[in-house]
Amino acid sequence: MKSLINVTLSILLVCGLLAFVAAKLDTSNAAGGDGVLTIYNWGEYIDPDLIKQFEEETGITVIYETFDSNEAMLTKIRQGGSAYDIAVPSEYTIETMVDEDLLIEIDHAKVPNLQNIDPYYLDLPFDPANKYSIPYFWGTVGVVFNRAQLPDHLTFDTWEHLWDPALKDKVFLVDGSREVIGMGLNSLGYSLNSRDDQQLREATEHLKALDGNVKAIIGDEVTPLMINNEATVAVTFSGQAADMMWENEDLDFAVPQEGSNLWFDNMVIPKTAQNVEGAHKFINFMLDPEVSAQNADYVGYATPNKAAMAILDEEVVTDERFYPSEEMRTNLEVYENLGLEMLGVYNEYFLEFKMSLQ
Amino acid sequence: MKFKSKTALIPYILWIAIFVIAPIGLIAYYSLLDLNGDFTLANYKNFFTSAYLTMTLTSFWYAFLITFFTLLISYPTAYFLTKTKHKQLWLMLIIIPSWINLLLKTYAFIGIFGLHGPVNAMIEVFGFDPTQILFTDFSFIFVAVYIFIPFMIIPIFNALDEMNPSLIYAARDLGASAFTTFRRVIFPLTIEGVKSGIQVTFIPALSLFMITRLIAGNKVITLGTAIEQQFLVAQNWGMGSTIAVFLILIMFASMLFTRTKKKGGRA
Repeated sequence: MKSLINVTLSILLVCGLLAFVAAKLDTSNAAGGDGVLTIYNWGEYIDPDLIKQFEEETGITVIYETFDSNEAMLTKIRQGGSAYDIAVPSEYTIETMVDEDLLIEIDHAKVPNLQNIDPYYLDLPFDPANKYSIPYFWGTVGVVFNRAQLPDHLTFDTWEHLWDPALKDKVFLVDGSREVIGMGLNSLGYSLNSRDDQQLREATEHLKALDGNVKAIIGDEVTPLMINNEATVAVTFSGQAADMMWENEDLDFAVPQEGSNLWFDNMVIPKTAQNVEGAHKFINFMLDPEVSAQNADYVGYATPNKAAMAILDEEVVTDERFYPSEEMRTNLEVYENLGLEMLGVYNEYFLEFKMSLQ
Repeated sequence: MKFKSKTALIPYILWIAIFVIAPIGLIAYYSLLDLNGDFTLANYKNFFTSAYLTMTLTSFWYAFLITFFTLLISYPTAYFLTKTKHKQLWLMLIIIPSWINLLLKTYAFIGIFGLHGPVNAMIEVFGFDPTQILFTDFSFIFVAVYIFIPFMIIPIFNALDEMNPSLIYAARDLGASAFTTFRRVIFPLTIEGVKSGIQVTFIPALSLFMITRLIAGNKVITLGTAIEQQFLVAQNWGMGSTIAVFLILIMFASMLFTRTKKKGGRA
């Protein structure tokens, strides 16, 4: 009988221990408060030296965690139990978060550096008057390609070039339903926010014709693969392309003219924040021209910070591949929040496309 | 006494209730919810009318191929292992790679199979052009087989090792050829080992998901990939759970199919 109680107790102990470990592992749960700032950002999306600098200047200890998709971040914040003071979602996710009342309004009086931001990136439809979000980086989706290994007529100023027979088994696609289906829609001249089933159907059929050319649909692994010349062409994000081009000089980047995705990642303060004061300090710190320039240099994406652009290399900020002119931007579209129902439809089509490969 | 024997079950019942029944119950519950959290059977309907049925068949086919090739390699390996002098040492050497994290091994294969990797370097030495190995069906099955081999060898090795060798001598004395001995004596006596080997290979092979992206470049879609997508991207927990329910059903069926017979039949 005694050993029986022991066994029962040890099971309960295991359960308790698991709960304890889970709570411990989730550092964002336990910590939080005035001296601590918990930041939730995309991977490889900040110069680590800047975190140190911020800690030294303010005396605040930073806990830094990363996510790899808007959806994963959203799920975690929505479930509560986290104590993130800063998160960096993309525009359509910000819309969702505002709708679901997950964000705290930002006090502009505490963010004087906001004046450094180019007004073009302020007051955008997803967050009028920037009540809840402050611009961090922006960029596009385009095609990175190996100039040295391709025939000259392929310049990727049109999506159609991806369908070129010369690209047999040479194309990498990014593993995201919005990006790939969006590309299919764009290549046919439709909006990448289309909710029209007929258009989505057409786009999927058009994508299926890409079959022989697609080598793989992958995630961040694409960066080393392109650097090592494993593939010739990849549909990817502008900043990721900048990273690749930094390492491999044969690579070039283009955003097709039919249109593509223009995205903005903004800093927000979730409702769960424990250190709202510190969060404002951090946002203001990141908008400082010097800091912003250093960060843009490290990360490779385009900064919305006008004062920082003045500091950055002339060659970088006039490169229209990464800082497309206002005129070029008119062809680009921002993702709208399509709602879960529609997102599901995009996913089904994406799945259908993936399954049709080979 | 009787009372005592029943209370002895309590810890086990508790364990099973918390860690086995509750999770399965939750999956079944979620599979009945739609995006808004209302009860619906639409997920099941969706499963039968959409691409998921084809996907189930594809998963099944790949899992079958993986299990088949794993068995094809593992059985002779296990057999020859039992004949070697230091068999425990050899077995150990085969098992050690399974201590290395699965993802690490998978990433290693990206390098090995790459256009500029060692395999293509070999091919070039023999005067052929480098070929595309990574992101093909071949690489997918190769890596999966490589991963599962140790798990298949162990049960077969144990079964072969426990077999009484005098049975083989008897068969040979009675005039059976080497092949007949294998077919009528060795194989039937080790069938239980083969069955457990198939179970530990086939069932996880059905739900492989990371290597479908890293090695097969998402050109092979399994039920595991679909579940991951539903939960993380589409945020449709209901549909994800529905696929998981079917995965459980398939696993259950394959357990039944390969189950150990209790009664010692004399066929």
